[in-house]
Amino acid sequence: MTPRRGGRPLVPAYLSTGGVARPSRTHLERLSVLTGSGEPAPAGLTAAQAALLEELEYGALTVVEAAALLRLPVSAVLVLAADLIDHDLVLARAPIPPARRFDPDLLKRVADGLRDLKHR
Amino acid sequence: MVSATSSTVDTAAGGDGIHLPDTARDLVKILVTGPFGVGKTTLIGSVSEIRPLHTEEQLTEASAQVDDLAGVRDKSTTTVAIDFGRISLAGGIVLYLFGTPGQERFRPLWDDIAYGALGALVLVDARRIDASFDVLGLVEETGLPYAVAFNTFPDAPRHHTPEQLRAALDLEPTTPMVTCDAREPNSSIDALLALVQHLIDHRPAEHR
Repeated sequence: MTPRRGGRPLVPAYLSTGGVARPSRTHLERLSVLTGSGEPAPAGLTAAQAALLEELEYGALTVVEAAALLRLPVSAVLVLAADLIDHDLVLARAPIPPARRFDPDLLKRVADGLRDLKHR
Repeated sequence: MVSATSSTVDTAAGGDGIHLPDTARDLVKILVTGPFGVGKTTLIGSVSEIRPLHTEEQLTEASAQVDDLAGVRDKSTTTVAIDFGRISLAGGIVLYLFGTPGQERFRPLWDDIAYGALGALVLVDARRIDASFDVLGLVEETGLPYAVAFNTFPDAPRHHTPEQLRAALDLEPTTPMVTCDAREPNSSIDALLALVQHLIDHRPAEHR
């Protein structure tokens, strides 16, 4: 199944999660990086779950990127992703490894990276 | 060491260039905020490596009559589009820019998007400085470090001195204040650099 690139969302937001309003785990955030686990997709996935899984076959996506591609609210993608993670179909990692979050060099590397862009 | 900017982007299959490069390691974000029409999406678009994407965010504005049995009808949901873009930097860093409206009624959304952000770039239109008061209030309230960038509009008044502008916005002496042309990538990068340099020089005590 292919998510539609134009027009209305494939699945209305309120149906996409099967009526579940909250993700089953809370450590997911907007910039959590989602990747497919490579496990074969079982039968019985919802259309929205299958659509997310298919997008991840092309590579990793953050939660917000998946939401934009699937035309679903971020909150719905958080629920979908949590379900797929619970079934070992999707892996998630934090936007930045915890050890690097307070890395004093991080900001400097961001500044250096931005300066490099100007010279391209 | 293999250069992080080598072309290992594995997006050929998807064809949309939106999937993350294999080299992506540290994902960080900066909020680009300001009143409607100030140029947030323009700035993001001028520096983003992907066409700016957006998510539809639902805002539920509960009425005062929550105990009313018919209260459901009084609860209105409005939708706001949040634009974002992305810049891959050397060393596996990916910088996300989130265009975030700064009105008080967007506060829950703001808190959600600001979670883990490095800081905010506040865009100001010199023709309507008062439109930015709300945004600056919200940024200060939420404690996010920020820099101010005046987006240069052709008919923007030029007779104000920096001191007058700083006073009008009631900025701290240490808050960076720059002008930029949000349409120009280099100018937008300079504005982002002013913020990042400020973050380096005035590292916040606690970091979420």
